[in-house]
Amino acid sequence: MKLIILNDYGQVGEWAAKYIRNKILNFNPGPDRFFNLGLPTGGTPLGCYKKLIEFYKKGEISFKYVKTFNMDEYVGIPRNHPESYHSFMWNNLFKHIDIKSENTHILDGNAANLVEECDSFEEKIKAAGGIDLFVGGIGPDGHIAFNEPGSSLLSRTRVKTLAQDTILANARFFDGDLSKVPTMALTVGVATVMDAREVMILITGVHKAFALYKAIEEGVNHMWTVSAFQQHPQTVFVCDEDATLELRVKTVKYFRGMMHVHNKLRVTKTSGNLQ
Amino acid sequence: MPSNKSVSNAPITQFVNCRILRDHKLQREDLWVREGRILDPEKLFFDEEGYADQRVDCEGLIIAPGFIDVQINGGYGIDFSQATSNVRGGVALVAKKILEHGVTSFLPTLVTSPPNIYHKVLTEVKVHSGGVEGAGVLGCHLEGPFISLEKKGAHPEQYLRSFQLGGMLDLIETYGTLDNVAMVTLAPELPNSEKVVRELTQRGITVSLGHSVANLSQAEEAVQHGASFITHLFNAMLPFHHRDPGIVGLLTSDQVPQDRMVFYGMIADGIHTNSAALRIAHRAHPTGLVLVTDAITAMGLPPGRHTLGQQVIEIQGLHAYVAGTKTLSGSIATMDMCVRHFKQASGCSVEEALEAASLHPAQLLGISHYKGTLDYGADAAPDR
Repeated sequence: MKLIILNDYGQVGEWAAKYIRNKILNFNPGPDRFFNLGLPTGGTPLGCYKKLIEFYKKGEISFKYVKTFNMDEYVGIPRNHPESYHSFMWNNLFKHIDIKSENTHILDGNAANLVEECDSFEEKIKAAGGIDLFVGGIGPDGHIAFNEPGSSLLSRTRVKTLAQDTILANARFFDGDLSKVPTMALTVGVATVMDAREVMILITGVHKAFALYKAIEEGVNHMWTVSAFQQHPQTVFVCDEDATLELRVKTVKYFRGMMHVHNKLRVTKTSGNLQ
Repeated sequence: MPSNKSVSNAPITQFVNCRILRDHKLQREDLWVREGRILDPEKLFFDEEGYADQRVDCEGLIIAPGFIDVQINGGYGIDFSQATSNVRGGVALVAKKILEHGVTSFLPTLVTSPPNIYHKVLTEVKVHSGGVEGAGVLGCHLEGPFISLEKKGAHPEQYLRSFQLGGMLDLIETYGTLDNVAMVTLAPELPNSEKVVRELTQRGITVSLGHSVANLSQAEEAVQHGASFITHLFNAMLPFHHRDPGIVGLLTSDQVPQDRMVFYGMIADGIHTNSAALRIAHRAHPTGLVLVTDAITAMGLPPGRHTLGQQVIEIQGLHAYVAGTKTLSGSIATMDMCVRHFKQASGCSVEEALEAASLHPAQLLGISHYKGTLDYGADAAPDR
């Protein structure tokens, strides 16, 4: 795996957005060849989405031939609830870019048959040809999407009951009223994300530092489901200084050193297309 | 392919690069319109997989809900209280012209008149929606004749009436019909007024207090019976007195029923109300302030002398005088002037100034779910 350590939240958002932009441009999607992008919600990717919108407005990128697959959605809240992930994606990305609705896929937490909804989501990913780049975040308890501690590392898209920690963390979006927070969600499985050709995990803030430590410096463990990506051939973790606070100095120095060498190589190669 | 046509085939217009007034704030959001209604773009995206057929670049301008003028007596040489041979044409002319001032709905107002005028005009002026051809008519505002002699203002004394037949019978005899009537201004101290206030309120007609010498408790009683508006606050009523604030006291009265609010009209042209008085009213009760023009026939006419009916009027700037005198003969302000002047005199925000001419009159008339706002589902001008 690659660990990209940047100074702050803003830099992480920009780096990640450029990475996505460049991947799409290099892929050169067209009407018969869509770029399939897996997407997260929450505070972490917001900065990245803002930058992507900027790039779209400047004409540097188009989402016309991009398909998106979101990681998760709450069960039982109306689709137009301000805290639903449909609303999040509409307000923070879709409404600002040129993506067509039929190319966006978000699990329906109000489907009549939730299990069928999950199975059909897996089918849609397969039918699209698999995810080219799955972007995700990490929970303070090390979860990827809603794969809470204890989730099978071989899991697929399914209904999950949320952990108490997650419900508490989400309360701030529901007027601090625990009774209003959804207790179940539909989520892609760990294996669903592992199937992607490339994975990018964004981690910012000191409250994620311990989870990052558990994810990359300890073993693969279903209590910290992001650790599964140690076994993915093409994963990049992008984080800020604060998120490295629980890592060994040696680890941080190693990856910072790698970036330094990489950047020097790029300047001398003048390849031009990345950053 | 703008949508999967699951809801409608009609074209969708998206106004971009604009600031819209929503949730009491000016926000940088696009405004979506389809078939004369404001559209929810998120629903369009997820339910219909749709997007806009045409985009209009607003170049940073503000989009505000259309203004609603609940007191306008005429303009451009037209007088709504005259039974001319072409009443409808006159209303239509004013309706078209006031679009330029941002007014998209109004209540043609009739001052105290003899019964034959009401009988003629009220059968001709019908409630109808607006569009490119002119502002919509929400109904007539009948200002009189059941008003106080001492506070008649410019109304003709000989046509004043009281409720001598008990109330509603007087109304039917005078007006002929209550169809197409949206508002009635009356003086609540007139005997038998409570029955009238209650009956009109029950029929969905807004009852306004004005041209009256009522004291505060008489005014409060009228509000309890259903009255919800004050016609041009301060004008044609007893002045505020600290031991009996009169109708003005309704702004801070504790006798107003919990679930209701009293609104008040203000002519904010800088002439009919002193700015300090405007500020006092606004600060006492900001959410009830409704801007009205109370414009007369001379509004919109160029400066100089004009013969209107039996009068010769002289227009100088924003003032309209009885020719050869310094007596004001009425307001010739336009609604956009009033909004600007109100903002400047009260120091309020742009949002508050716009809402005083749109949201508040819509709330007063009980139509704020489809007028006076840019909320999803509200009326919008028909697509061009």
